Amino acid sequence: MTFLTTGLGAHIRSASIRGKVRGGEHSARSVLFLIALWLCLFVAFGVLLTLIITTLIDGSSRLDSRLVTEYPASGPERAGLRPAILGSIWVIGVTAVMTIPLGVAAAVHLEEFADRKKWFNRAIELNVQNLAAVPSIVYGLLALGFLALLGVQNKNIVIGGALALGLLVLPVIIISTREALRAVPLEIRQGSLALGATPLQTVWRQTLPASVPGIATGAILGLSRALGEAAPLLVLGALVFVSFDPNGLLSGYTTMPIQIFNWTSRPQAEFHELASAGSILLLLILLAMNGLAIFIRNRYQQRW
Amino acid sequence: MSTLTPVGGPALLPGRPAVSLRSTRPRHGESLVRFLLRVAAILTIVITGGILIALLVPSIEFFRTVSVFDFLFGDRWAPRFADASFGVLPLVTATAWTSGIALLVAIPLGLGAAVFLSEYAKPGLRKVLKPVLEILAGIPTVVFGLFALQFVQATVFRGVFDLDTGAFSVLAAGLVMGVMIVPTIASISEDAMSAVPLSMRQGSAALGANRMQTTVRVVFPAALSGIIAAIVLGVSRAVGETMIVAIAAGGQARIVTGPLEQGQTMTGFIANAALGDSRVGSLEYDTLFAVGLLLFLVTLLFNFISIRFVRRFREIY
Amino acid sequence: MTTNTRAASYTTGSDQKRTIHFPDEHAHRSKGLPAVPNAIIECKDVNVYYNAFRAVTGVDLAFGSKEITALIGPSGCGKSTLLRSLNRMNDLIDGARVEGSVTFQGEDIYHREVDAIEVRRRIGMVFQKPNPFPKSIYDNIAYGPRVIGMKASNMDDLVEEALTRAALWTEVKDKLKQSAFGLSGGQQQRLCIARTIAVKPDVILMDEPCSSLDPIATSRIEDLMYELREDYTIIIVTHNMQQAARVADRTAFFTALASEETGDRTGLLVEYDLTKKIFESPADQRTEDYISGRFG
Repeated sequence: MTFLTTGLGAHIRSASIRGKVRGGEHSARSVLFLIALWLCLFVAFGVLLTLIITTLIDGSSRLDSRLVTEYPASGPERAGLRPAILGSIWVIGVTAVMTIPLGVAAAVHLEEFADRKKWFNRAIELNVQNLAAVPSIVYGLLALGFLALLGVQNKNIVIGGALALGLLVLPVIIISTREALRAVPLEIRQGSLALGATPLQTVWRQTLPASVPGIATGAILGLSRALGEAAPLLVLGALVFVSFDPNGLLSGYTTMPIQIFNWTSRPQAEFHELASAGSILLLLILLAMNGLAIFIRNRYQQRW
Repeated sequence: MSTLTPVGGPALLPGRPAVSLRSTRPRHGESLVRFLLRVAAILTIVITGGILIALLVPSIEFFRTVSVFDFLFGDRWAPRFADASFGVLPLVTATAWTSGIALLVAIPLGLGAAVFLSEYAKPGLRKVLKPVLEILAGIPTVVFGLFALQFVQATVFRGVFDLDTGAFSVLAAGLVMGVMIVPTIASISEDAMSAVPLSMRQGSAALGANRMQTTVRVVFPAALSGIIAAIVLGVSRAVGETMIVAIAAGGQARIVTGPLEQGQTMTGFIANAALGDSRVGSLEYDTLFAVGLLLFLVTLLFNFISIRFVRRFREIY
Repeated sequence: MTTNTRAASYTTGSDQKRTIHFPDEHAHRSKGLPAVPNAIIECKDVNVYYNAFRAVTGVDLAFGSKEITALIGPSGCGKSTLLRSLNRMNDLIDGARVEGSVTFQGEDIYHREVDAIEVRRRIGMVFQKPNPFPKSIYDNIAYGPRVIGMKASNMDDLVEEALTRAALWTEVKDKLKQSAFGLSGGQQQRLCIARTIAVKPDVILMDEPCSSLDPIATSRIEDLMYELREDYTIIIVTHNMQQAARVADRTAFFTALASEETGDRTGLLVEYDLTKKIFESPADQRTEDYISGRFG
């Protein structure tokens, strides 16, 4: 990149041909092109900035302690996110516990043990790539169908939500774990095996510990996506009036995005303000999670 | 040859009976764990199978009542009315409108941002913008939906421009969805363009091409399969996006003929119908899965196309 | 030496012009191995394949216990491939296959019931590029004993002993808890040797251990090898002929034959003898050409 810059720079600075080159760096078309690119970036970031600012303006009036301490209520001035926040923590926590070990295990098998020449293993790989792009609402339908099959009547339970979100996060964790494992050089594995370690010991004591930062980053990003997700939980009937703290796997729950959605669909403007305030809180949590992920990646990632 | 006795080293031949190289400990634990890892990987296939079965079984029930032809080509969607009708076209047109508008926004903006980041931005700026892009990609779609409903539709369309539109429109939902997809398209196509070897750019520069020409005629074609993969993934995200359309596109299932109309998309229908707490086994319940199956198949098709293109661009470099 | 006549036969006749085909392969097997007293590892008619490609062909070699044996030859002649087949590191490469027999203390290491992990425990390996684990110096050494379940009454003593034997103790004794990545390249390579010694193998394979090091670090490793020879059998692959001449008791010279059809290069053993003999009066013309720098 820098080489390119200096190379082209030198080309322009050869002053005698500067004006003659029709397609020079300062030709009208070139400049227009660059302006167009700037515009793309500007519009994209501009709209997103507008989104954040308008949300802030709309929600600032309700961004107070009642937002996190109060239960939902029919009157907007007394309503809060308390059970939704706890519900989100429950669902995401259970999702993490179910998904991370499973995803890491699947990734270890695919990356370290599976014979890539076998069609079956290639099919698994292709399948994981595909699962990563399945619309989230379809995972909601899958969980709905699964719970119906088990004969569960009330589908709005923490474990059901965690099941749907877990399916959503699983491919993300598998893919990022595989990338982290792949980044560990072959020499480390060989060094370990040459000392008489078994392949599994090599994975458990060398490859996997070295990949922890990458896995953690991927897991946090995946879980933060799940935290902001509402569609699959909507299908499972999470849009209910919850005026109690969720307290177990079979407890009813609602989550922050669902509660925000609920408030947007109310006619009163005060509820929309409340929705904006909830959005700000959700954005802050997600920003913190993303920041943590980027921090882990930059700080702990092993450079080989 | 040295004949010193070993100090820290092992006792060696001769004199020592050969200790067998055969495994001293049976490694049952090792095999068991490897088996479990394998099971975990196979579970991903089970999930896909589960999706298919979960969608297919109620869908088959559904298609026992409603013919596939009436479903796919019927133009009236009224599953809850007394004279129920299950023509999915209204939902499909709404999805096409919102996705089409979204892509009209997302493709130029996303590619423009990607070209800028890959070809023009200084390394410092890029180092800042890339993570910002990743974070923006993680904004919950509920928040986007709220923005579309309150700001774009209410404040801008109805307030500033005084457009002839109701509380909802496919245009507002589509535009905001487009902005939501920009980071996805920008990020993947930026990867593809960055992967084009520097030597190709230098070769072009050496022939007297300026940076724009190099970008448009050399980098862009070389990264084309990656760019197409990014766009196709964007399409599948637009088709599958739920919350923005559920909040801002409206809830009436009618054939959509203009951008300012409201319309219910496939995902919007599923989200909405699920609120109605339909009884398991009822036709209404099965309808959800029939629409879900259609949605899954459409996105599956796009995913396969995307994966094919990504493969091709991996093969080149 | 029998190997000389055997190797010489490869150059005769029109065989070389066809794809590699050795009509006298079996005829020579009965002629036995070069006279190496006290052999610890013996290769008989070893062929190594990568899928259909034959990387090494028909190698008969015996490695003397507590000797240093050097494998030399031009690049692509299969030295490293052969080395890796001695402790089954080739198992890790897809499509790699070994034919013939490799015995360690008389036991075929490729026997169906032999455990590759046990083989690697007895026959350790030091690699071309120093590959310390991303752990502390102490944990790098303690890793091997821990994974093989060695009942070390005092791990600290074991670590100190290994580091001392690898002539690294005085340099690192005050920073055992620091990352091994902070060491210089030469120190890292000695750490890798110490790590290998810690599991008390019988044989240490070294795959161009000095190729990424400067001359001073190289000479320290050579000194170390010479000291280790008292207790260990060392087999070293090197590109550096002077190194082989300096440290090795015996030297095996390999060369590569290119197939005319595919251009694939297959490695074969040309000559194996005492180092002094190989460098001073080689029996084979190709060895002489290589030693004197006319080829390779």
